[in-house]
Amino acid sequence: MKEGFRQCMAWLHTWSGLLVGWILFAIFLTGTAAYLRPEITTWMRPELHATAAGPAAAQAALDHLQQVAPRSPSWFVNLPDARQPALQVLWREAAAGRRGFANAWLDPATGETLTARETRGGEFFYRFHFQLHYLNVPLARWIVSFCAMMMLVAIISGIVTHRRIFADFFTFRPGKGSRSWIDGHALVAVAALPYHLMITYTGLVTLMLMTMPWGAEKAYGGDRAAFTAEVFGTAPPGRAAGRPAPLTAVAPLLEAATRHWQGGSVGRIAVQHPGDANATILLTRDDAERISSNPQTLLFDGTTGALLASAGDTGGAAAATRGVMYGLHIGRFAGPLLRGLLLLSGLAGTVMVATGCLLWAVKIRQQALKRGRIGFGLRLVEHLNVAAIAGLPVAMAGFFWANRVLPPGLAGRAEWEIHLFFIAWAICLLHPLLRRGRQAWIDQFAAGGLMFALLPVVSLVTTERHLGVTLAAGDWAFAGFEFGLLAIGAALGAIAWRLARRRPAAAVAPQRRQPTARLAAGAAE
Amino acid sequence: MRGPRWLGILSRCIAAVLGGYLLAALVAIGCALWLGPPRAEAVLVGMLLSFAVHAGAVIWVFAARSARRAWAGLAVPTLALGAALALTGGLP
Repeated sequence: MKEGFRQCMAWLHTWSGLLVGWILFAIFLTGTAAYLRPEITTWMRPELHATAAGPAAAQAALDHLQQVAPRSPSWFVNLPDARQPALQVLWREAAAGRRGFANAWLDPATGETLTARETRGGEFFYRFHFQLHYLNVPLARWIVSFCAMMMLVAIISGIVTHRRIFADFFTFRPGKGSRSWIDGHALVAVAALPYHLMITYTGLVTLMLMTMPWGAEKAYGGDRAAFTAEVFGTAPPGRAAGRPAPLTAVAPLLEAATRHWQGGSVGRIAVQHPGDANATILLTRDDAERISSNPQTLLFDGTTGALLASAGDTGGAAAATRGVMYGLHIGRFAGPLLRGLLLLSGLAGTVMVATGCLLWAVKIRQQALKRGRIGFGLRLVEHLNVAAIAGLPVAMAGFFWANRVLPPGLAGRAEWEIHLFFIAWAICLLHPLLRRGRQAWIDQFAAGGLMFALLPVVSLVTTERHLGVTLAAGDWAFAGFEFGLLAIGAALGAIAWRLARRRPAAAVAPQRRQPTARLAAGAAE
Repeated sequence: MRGPRWLGILSRCIAAVLGGYLLAALVAIGCALWLGPPRAEAVLVGMLLSFAVHAGAVIWVFAARSARRAWAGLAVPTLALGAALALTGGLP
C-alpha cells in the first residue's frame, strides 16, 4: 500500500505538471520579471530622467491637475520613490465613463510635464502572469488559477514522490541523460521549496475573491461591497455638494500622515470631487514599507484638511494573514538583497517547471527508442517544449526591441509592442516545424541570446540614454539594467553553445552502448 | 480496476476538479457561517483554507485504490457538510 501510494503520487506529479507545464513556465518567467516592474518600466521610458524628488512634489502634482483637469471628478497621484523616480498623475475625464482615465508624467522637482514614448513597460509582464493577454480577463484569471492549483498538487505529490528529499538536494550527476535531468529538477525544486509553496499558495490567494467567493456570498447575502468595506475598513466615496470650494494645501496632510504612521511615507494620493465643498483627500501609505498589502489609509476633508477617518492600522487576524500572503506574493516590501533572492527563487521555479517538461520528453523518448517508434504525443510535447522554454525569452526580447525600434508617434504604440511580443512567440512556435530536434533548441536559444545581448547596442543607436552616457553620469539603475540584459544574452548564448558543442560527443556515444547516450543521440537527430 | 483504464482516470479527474472544488466551497461557506463573529474574518478564514482543502481532495482522489473509493471518500465529507449547512440554513 505504501509503495502504491508513492507510485500514485508519481503519476499525479507527472501529469499535473505536464498538462499545464507550458503555461506555468510562462507564468513563472513573466512573474519573476514582474519583480522588476518599476525597473523595466523605467528602462522602457528612457526619456524620463530621474531628478531628486522633493517635499513639494505632491503639491506640484495637485497644481498640475488643477490646471489640466479642474472639472474631473477624481484625481490620483503616484508619488515617486527610489525605484520609480517620476511623478505620475491620473485623472478621470469629466465626460468619459468609468474607465475614461488620462495620465501624465511630471518632473517631481519642477512639476513640468515629461513626454515619454507610449509603453506598458513592466506592467505588461505583471498583467500577463495572472491574466494572459487577448483573452477575456475573468476567463484568463480562471485559467491561471487552475494552473496554480495544478502546480500546488504537483508540488505536494512531488514532495511525496521524492523519498530522499535531503539527499537529493546534494545530488547532481551531470552528463548522465535523464538521470541528470531528474537530479537537476529535484535540485532546483528542493533548493527553493518553501518559495515554490509560498508563491503558489499566495498566488491562489491573490485571486481568491474571484475563484472562491461563496463564503462571502452566503454571509453577506450577495452584497460584495459590504464585505470589501468590512475587510478593508473603507467606505465608498460620498457625493459632490455642488458648491465650489478651494482645495486645502496637501503638505500638512502628508506631515500628519507621517506622524500617524510613525515615520511611514505616503505612496498615493486620491482626491474625490476636487474644487467642491465635499472634496476628500485619501492618502495611502507606500506599500513598499510593509509586508502586508492591506492598504493603510487616511481620509481628510478636502477643504478644511481635518482628518475624517483612518483605515488599515488594525485588523483581524485573518485579514492580516491575507494581506501578508498577498504582500509576500508581490514582494513590493523587499529591499535590493531580498529582491535579488526572490528573483533567484523565481528563476529556480522557472527552471523547475522547464526541467519537469523536458524530463517527461526525455523519459518517453528513451522508451520510444526501445520500441523503435516515436509517437505523435512525444513529438507534440518536444515541439511545445522548444516553443515555450526557448521561445518565451525570444518573445520577451522582441518586446524590448519593439520598445526601442517602433516610432514614438505610432498610433497604438503600446499595443504594438505587445503584438510584437506575440508575433515573435508565434514564429518560435512555427520554427520547430522547419528545424527539428536539437537544432530548433540551438537556433532559438541563440536567437534569444543575440537579441538580448544586442539591446544595449539598439539603445545606443536609438536613444540618448545608452551605456556611454549612463555609465559616465553614474545612472546606475539604468546602466545596471542594460548589464542585466547583457547577462541574460550571455546566459542564453551559453546554453545554445553548449547544446551545439555536445552534439559530436552524442554522435559517437552509441558505440559505447550507453542508453543515456543513445537518448542524447536521439534528441540530436 | 474494472472498465478501461482511461475511464477510471477521467472519472478521477472529474472528481478531483469538480468534486474537490465543491468540497472546498462548502468548507469556505461553513467557515463563513459558523466561525466568527466578526463575519469578515470568518469569510476570509474559509477562503484561505479552501485551496488547501481542494489540494488535499485532489491528492486523496488520486491516492485512492479505485475510482469508486475516490468518489466515496469525497462524497462522505461533502454530503455531511452539505447536510449540516442545509440544517443550519446555509444552503437554499
